[in-house]
Amino acid sequence: MLDKLEERFRRVAPKADFCSLRFVEEKTQTLSVRQNVVQPATSAVDIGVMITVVEGSGMGYAGTSDLSEDGLRRAADQAHQWARRTAGRTVVDFAKVPMPRPEGEYRSPVRTPWESISLAEKIEILRAESASIAVDPRIVDWEASLSQVELETLFLTADGGRAVQRFSYLIPYMSATANQGAETQTRSLGGRGLCRQGGLEVLDAIHYRNSGPRLAAEALELLTAPNCPSGQMDVILAPDQMILQIHESIGHPLELDRILGDERNYAGTSFVTMDMFGSYRYGSDLLNITYDPTRTEQFASYGFDDDGLKAERQFIIRNGILERPLGGITSQARAGVEGVANSRATSWNRPPIDRMANLNLEPGTSSLEEMIAAVERGIFMRTNVSWSIDDSRNKFQFGCEWGQLIENGKLTQVVKKPNYRGISATFWRNLKMVGRESTFEVLGTPNCGKGEPNQVIRVGHASPTCLFTQVDVFGGE
Amino acid sequence: MQHYFNSLADHVNGRLQGEERFLMNFGAEDSDFVRLNHAQVRQAGSVRQRIVSIDLIAGQRHAPGMVCLSGDAELDRDRLSRLVEELRGKLAFLPEDPYLLYSTDVRSTEHHAENQLLPAHEAVAQIQDAAKGLDLVGLYASGGIHSGFANSFGQRNWFSSYSFNFDFSAYHHGDKAVKADYAGFRWDPAGFAAKMSSVREQFSYLTREARTIKPGHYRVYLAPAAVWDLMSTLAWGGFGLKDHRTKQTTLIRMTEEGAKLHPTITLMENVKEGVAAAFNGAGFIKPDQTTIIERGAFKNCLASARSAKEYGVPTNGASEAETPDSLDLAAGEIPREEILSRLGTGLYVNNLHYLNYSDRPACRMTGMTRFATFWVENGSIAAPVNVMRFDETIYRVLGENLIGLTRERDFVLDSQTYFARSTSSQRVPGALVEGFHFTL
Repeated sequence: MLDKLEERFRRVAPKADFCSLRFVEEKTQTLSVRQNVVQPATSAVDIGVMITVVEGSGMGYAGTSDLSEDGLRRAADQAHQWARRTAGRTVVDFAKVPMPRPEGEYRSPVRTPWESISLAEKIEILRAESASIAVDPRIVDWEASLSQVELETLFLTADGGRAVQRFSYLIPYMSATANQGAETQTRSLGGRGLCRQGGLEVLDAIHYRNSGPRLAAEALELLTAPNCPSGQMDVILAPDQMILQIHESIGHPLELDRILGDERNYAGTSFVTMDMFGSYRYGSDLLNITYDPTRTEQFASYGFDDDGLKAERQFIIRNGILERPLGGITSQARAGVEGVANSRATSWNRPPIDRMANLNLEPGTSSLEEMIAAVERGIFMRTNVSWSIDDSRNKFQFGCEWGQLIENGKLTQVVKKPNYRGISATFWRNLKMVGRESTFEVLGTPNCGKGEPNQVIRVGHASPTCLFTQVDVFGGE
Repeated sequence: MQHYFNSLADHVNGRLQGEERFLMNFGAEDSDFVRLNHAQVRQAGSVRQRIVSIDLIAGQRHAPGMVCLSGDAELDRDRLSRLVEELRGKLAFLPEDPYLLYSTDVRSTEHHAENQLLPAHEAVAQIQDAAKGLDLVGLYASGGIHSGFANSFGQRNWFSSYSFNFDFSAYHHGDKAVKADYAGFRWDPAGFAAKMSSVREQFSYLTREARTIKPGHYRVYLAPAAVWDLMSTLAWGGFGLKDHRTKQTTLIRMTEEGAKLHPTITLMENVKEGVAAAFNGAGFIKPDQTTIIERGAFKNCLASARSAKEYGVPTNGASEAETPDSLDLAAGEIPREEILSRLGTGLYVNNLHYLNYSDRPACRMTGMTRFATFWVENGSIAAPVNVMRFDETIYRVLGENLIGLTRERDFVLDSQTYFARSTSSQRVPGALVEGFHFTL
């Protein structure tokens, strides 16, 4: 298939300053058992190509699910026409963007392939978890599911570039919902954050099996728990909340296309300006953020981005100081700065834009016990459930599924609906302790939305548990 | 396109064996997307996509599968044959589904539209001419959208639409901007010019020094675009039958404790006045109108076929997600021209941003003001206001603190383009609200 496509592309690629083809074939299977009933077992095959042409200062693209030679030729002509029509009318002179010529391959590490056990056996795993959740009549809804994705991409450039990448993703999910009167509480297994590259071995790595009873017990405990108290206090955030904190208040504001204004009509701009790189104190000395595509089990690892740029680990923030933005080859050329290989597209039918990939907070030296012991009054929060931030990525408000009071260095009362709000530009400066490797978890999210036309994309985040001081905390109504 | 779809449906029908049945859903679009920043083109291109999903049914067992099509009939027949084989192979390993429900009452429908669109590059040339001197950013999207349904009982439904949506904002300085949208089925140069004039007019208010207000409770006017955001959030978990029966609805205080909204609040799924297809993926035809909230009291859920079977109630043709496509919030009595005087002193909020629930059972939402938000003093616009975070329950905003809704409503065509261009819409008024809580 890939060889045939390459032959066709070499024949139809127009004579232009640059031309590339990006082929995507994504096969998704989803299995779910809800309330002990097997839900429809869905499968999907998304397949198509995007052809991109640069002519003079103009650029055009065309996406099609018609992979025949005629189909590719039509797409190439359409892209070429757009490139000609936009020349002289573009926000960037595409002739000055040094488009990469990649050569290489990438493959996800898989130890236990999805197909290594039968459909019936996979359903049985989910049935067992589902059955273990319904422990009390107040548990009113529950679900265990697995989504598995096989993704193959081929990137070709008319001047001989060729990169083949094969990804395997697993997205496990489980939740328990408890109700009493007008109060309803849900506990989930890390939201949808326990997603990784790999095969069924991911289930062991994230301790998927036998999690049902714990989720049910915690949902029931939340039902009768008091509201989270209000006030300024210390907060310890578990990795399944830290990933959201990193994502919204570090990842998005550092995306270079936002800083350059592309997203001002939709996802928003950024409080970060170009003059901040190299000197701005983003957080305390303990804050070390990396763009790390090399941690192969992580959700958004890859060898090349969707413009063909080779992916390499880079420090984004080191010892609290902002070093470089998250911008791919086009944004780097526009802004005249170094970035990372993060020009990515959701599929064949959308053009690449700057996206976070794996954006990680590097481990520190504190144990969880040391962090708890350091808090006189505070809240330990786990698992994101609510997220909202302003269009400059500054004023945020986040909520978690689970909260627990910390009083005089000890975990005490469980509290429901823990929320906190703050300002990105100052919040990270109150990072007081960073958990050591033992608190570090590799997580991610399958659904980050951005771009015009809109795109959802897979993002990876890994983080230890962290302690912040002077946080504005509050609960429910 | 319709003929192509029907021929594929006939082909699938011919591949069935024994007592097998099928449901088939088709989605296609030929779209042009031109993204702009600083009134210049950032990315321009076209997307041609055709997607089919088939649910192969044998008794109460079934297996759904989706595949992209090429547009070439012979190639696509082959892809569909392989999909049917693959689904048949899965059927044997799947248990019976007690909640499988599909329409067996054949109701074929057709909705055709004439393509009156301007070529995208011509529309964008007009936009760039009109935007001279403006820092304009946004997306022009246009083209044909087609969807179809077929089943083995002979039902055939078809929906075609040719539309454009220019969703944009013009920046004055910093984050101070006017947000606008020009959408429809035929590009009208005069209509577009009027839209651009209105944008330039609003610019005059943005030249004034911005004001930062302290957290607290304020009298506000939420313009229709802001109400659209509140309604879109409410539709996320508020109306679906499954959410109600599993006590996860964000309107649980209405159903469990009898809480009510203001008596002027009547909300419906108004398919008749919308621009989306009137059939769902199981072949059910949506009623013209389904009242969700009537005079402040909860009335009907949106019930998909699956939930209807699970909970033993009739379906009202809702999608699997049980979210509305054509939401309609009834008009109030406040004439729009009186809004500033009725607001008196407070905030005029044109747009909200990034809403989410901060307490789902209490239907409390948080979010931001965005774009042109103004401080109004004694009925006159005094200054733009720097962005503020709010945290409020719908029971106060559209309940005890609602002063009234405007007599005039806006028809908002959804500009979302996730996976495919949306055909959803809302018809909403503006809302005058007392004591709206800003927190940060």
